[in-house]
Amino acid sequence: MGEVKFADVSKEFSLRVAGELQHVRALDRVNFNVRDGEIVALLGPSGCGKTTALRVAMGLDAASSGRVTVDGSEVRACGYDRGMVFQHAELLPWLNALQNVMFGLEMKGMRGTELKDTAMKYLDLVGLADSYNRRPHQLSGGMKQRVGIARALAIDPKVLLMDEPFGALDAQTREAMQAELLEIHARTKKTILFVTHDLDEAVLIADRIVVMREGRVCEVMDVPLSRPRADLGVVRGLPVFADTRYRVWRLLHDDVPTAH
Amino acid sequence: MADIADTREKPAAARPPERRPWPHWAITLTSVVCAVALWEFFGRNINPVFGSYPSAIAVAFWELARSGQLNGALYESLQPFFVGYGLAIVLGVPLGLIIGGWRVAGAALGIYVTAGYAMPLVALVPLLILWLGLGFAVKVAVIFLMSVFPICINTWLGVMSVPRTLIEVGKSFVAPNTVILRRIVLPATLPYIMAGIRLAVGRAVVGMVIAEFFTTISGLGAVIINSANNFDTATMFVPIIILMVMAIGLNWLIGWVERKIAPWQAEIAGQDRE
Repeated sequence: MGEVKFADVSKEFSLRVAGELQHVRALDRVNFNVRDGEIVALLGPSGCGKTTALRVAMGLDAASSGRVTVDGSEVRACGYDRGMVFQHAELLPWLNALQNVMFGLEMKGMRGTELKDTAMKYLDLVGLADSYNRRPHQLSGGMKQRVGIARALAIDPKVLLMDEPFGALDAQTREAMQAELLEIHARTKKTILFVTHDLDEAVLIADRIVVMREGRVCEVMDVPLSRPRADLGVVRGLPVFADTRYRVWRLLHDDVPTAH
Repeated sequence: MADIADTREKPAAARPPERRPWPHWAITLTSVVCAVALWEFFGRNINPVFGSYPSAIAVAFWELARSGQLNGALYESLQPFFVGYGLAIVLGVPLGLIIGGWRVAGAALGIYVTAGYAMPLVALVPLLILWLGLGFAVKVAVIFLMSVFPICINTWLGVMSVPRTLIEVGKSFVAPNTVILRRIVLPATLPYIMAGIRLAVGRAVVGMVIAEFFTTISGLGAVIINSANNFDTATMFVPIIILMVMAIGLNWLIGWVERKIAPWQAEIAGQDRE
C-alpha cells in the first residue's frame, strides 16, 4: 500500500525583499491523491509550487495548514515509507556507488552481508552492478541519477518521491531514463509522485497529471495511454499522446478559473 | 604554393617527436637550483655582515652540526612545536565544528575566534611570559595561539559550506543530527580542515621563532639571535633555512595525509594527475 493524499495543503512563507517583508503563498489549498501503484506527475511552470508540494510530502518542509497523509498517517517529518530522488542525484562524493546505495540502508539499521547484498541488488536493478566501486565524479549524469534512484528504492519505501529527476540530464539520456523508470515501476509496482516541468515527460510516464499554476491545482487530468508503454518512441507518435499533451498545454496557457 | 594536398598530415617519421611534459618535481628542483646558483653568484659580493651565500651557509651548517649545537637546538625547538601545533589541531577542529554547526555556539564563540585570528601575538608574548614563565609552557602557548585560529576558522567555514542538499539527503533517510554530523558534515568538511591545518604550519613555525626570540635561552631562535648579535650572518641563515625546509616538508606531509584520508577532493578537481 502506498497511497498519498494531499488534503487542503497550504504553504506560506515570508521573504525579505529589498528591506520589505513579503508573504508568499506558495501553496493554496492543494487537494489531490495518488493511488497505490500509480504514477502521478506534478506539472506546472516555474514557481507554481510543485516542488514545494513535493517537499511537504517528503517531510522536508512543513505545511502551514492542511496535511499530507501516506496510507492515512500524517506526514510530519521524513520517513522510510517515502524514498526521495533529488534533481541532481546528491550522492555523497566520498562514497562509491555501492556505498551510496548502502547509506540509506545503514540509516535504517541494516548491517553486514545483508547490507551489501541488498545494496548490490538494487544497483543491479538500475543496471550499474559493474560500476559499483566508482565514485560519483567518475559517473555520468545519467549514472549518478540511477544510483540516486537505487538508493531511494533500496529502503523499500511505499512511495517514491522524485523532484525533476531527469531535469539535469541531456535529452537523449533523459529519454533513456524515462523508459528505465517505467521498467522499474513495472517491476517494483511502487507508487511514484514526480515533479516535472516537461509536458512530454508527464504524458509519457504518468497515469495522471496534477497541473498546477500559482500554488493551486488547475486540474487533475487522466492520461488515457494504456500500460505497458513499452516503446516510448511509438507512444510519442500516437494521436492520443498528442491530444493529451495539447489538453495539458492548453491548461497551462489559458486564463481558466482554477478548481479547488 | 599551398594546396589541399599539403594539409594532409605529414608521415610519422617527418613529424617532430612528441614532447612529454616535465614532471612537477623536476620543475621545482630546477627552479631551486637556479635560485641557489644565482644567490651564490651574487651573494659573494655582499659584505658578510649584511648577507651571505649558499656555500658559506653550508660551511656554517656543517660547523653547527658537528658541534652538536644544531641537534640540541632542533630538539629544544621541535618539542614545543609539535605539542603546540598538535594541541591546535585537537582543540581547533572540534571548536570549528561546533561554531559552524550550532547557531547559538556560533554566535557566542565565533567573535572571539575572529578576533583571536587578527590578534598581534608579538604584542602579547611579554604578557604570556609573565603568566607562564620562560620555559616550555610559554613556547607551547605561543605556537598554539598562532596556529589554532586558522584551523578553527577553516573548519568553521567548511561546515558552513556543506551544501544544504547533502544534509537533506541525510534527513531524507531519517538520520539523527549526530549521524548527519558524523557521516555527512565531517567528511564534507575534511578538505577545509586539511586546508586549515596546512595554513597553520607556517604560522606555527613563525610562532616558534617568535617565542624563542623573546625567551632566547635555547633552540633555533636562540641560534638566530646569538649569531645575529655576533654579526655571523652565515650561521644566522642556517636555522632560517632549516625552518623553511621544515615548513616545506610538513606541508608535503600534510598533503600526503590529505590524499590518503580525503582523496576525492583532488580527484574531483583533477589535481591528482601530474
